[in-house]
Amino acid sequence: MNTFWFATIGTSVIAFALKFAGHSIPQQWLENPKLQKINALIPIALLSALVAVQTFTSESKVMIDHRLAGLCTAVVALLLKAPFPVVVISAAVTSAVMYNWL
Amino acid sequence: MSKIDSVTVRDSLSVSFTVGAYGVAFGAAAVANGFSVVQSCLLSLLTFSGASQFAVIGVVGAGGSAISGIATASLLGIRNALYGVIMAPRLKVSGLRRVIAAQITIDESTGVALGAEKRNEAAMRHAFWLTGSAVFIFWNLFTVAGALGAQAMGDTRAWGLDSAVPAAFLGLLWPRLEKNSDRALAIVSIIFAIAMTPILPAGLPIIATAFIAITVGLRR
Repeated sequence: MNTFWFATIGTSVIAFALKFAGHSIPQQWLENPKLQKINALIPIALLSALVAVQTFTSESKVMIDHRLAGLCTAVVALLLKAPFPVVVISAAVTSAVMYNWL
Repeated sequence: MSKIDSVTVRDSLSVSFTVGAYGVAFGAAAVANGFSVVQSCLLSLLTFSGASQFAVIGVVGAGGSAISGIATASLLGIRNALYGVIMAPRLKVSGLRRVIAAQITIDESTGVALGAEKRNEAAMRHAFWLTGSAVFIFWNLFTVAGALGAQAMGDTRAWGLDSAVPAAFLGLLWPRLEKNSDRALAIVSIIFAIAMTPILPAGLPIIATAFIAITVGLRR
């Protein structure tokens, strides 16, 4: 089984297991305030790291290219409170323009 | 089942369509990152959690191992377990219904349901089932469209898809950055991930930031 299949199936199995576990475990198990705090912080750290790696790196090398222009557009769109699809599409269009003409 | 009120229908469907349409970006990005159309569609059907799906294709697409991709996606999926804990006593379902409820327990179904709770209990339940099912349908239909579209595009960078993924992550991150301490954590994670990329195997710099979050959470 190649990497892509393993990743697809593994992610799917664990994703469902987590969802089902939530519906099945006793409520008081997850009421610890520190656990709640950590659960709120983990997505912030991971999503930030994903933004960084997807924008500034390529094959384990740090680089600045057309993707930075796309990200800057996304930031502007978010500051203007644009809806989700607008954020993504405006970033893609900017990035495509930079990639094709620079 | 009692009649569903029009506010619930409006809220559920407007959220579902908007979020579902975003599946185009996922399908396209998945194919751009080397996943097949079938694998992209399976991720939307089975994983059915946007942030986790983008995470696994992002990590594996950047050359990370399957384990790194699965681990990052799963860490992001933990919040669905917490939503389950919140929703289970409200939905009171078992058997096959619990399996279905679990699969559609995501940000949107939980959010719209809790928002409807102030109207009444029935509205809350309707909102959960309607939003969850409608997001599931739209998300999967749009994933197919995006994946097939990207396959037809050829060089997806020329269409800006390599920027669509980080923009999507940023869009998911943005609403979480209300407090200064959260912004500080975001900046530290960004710097750490970039600095570690040339040193650690692909994927690990991302997972490692979860430990920064855990350390911060334990200290506060």
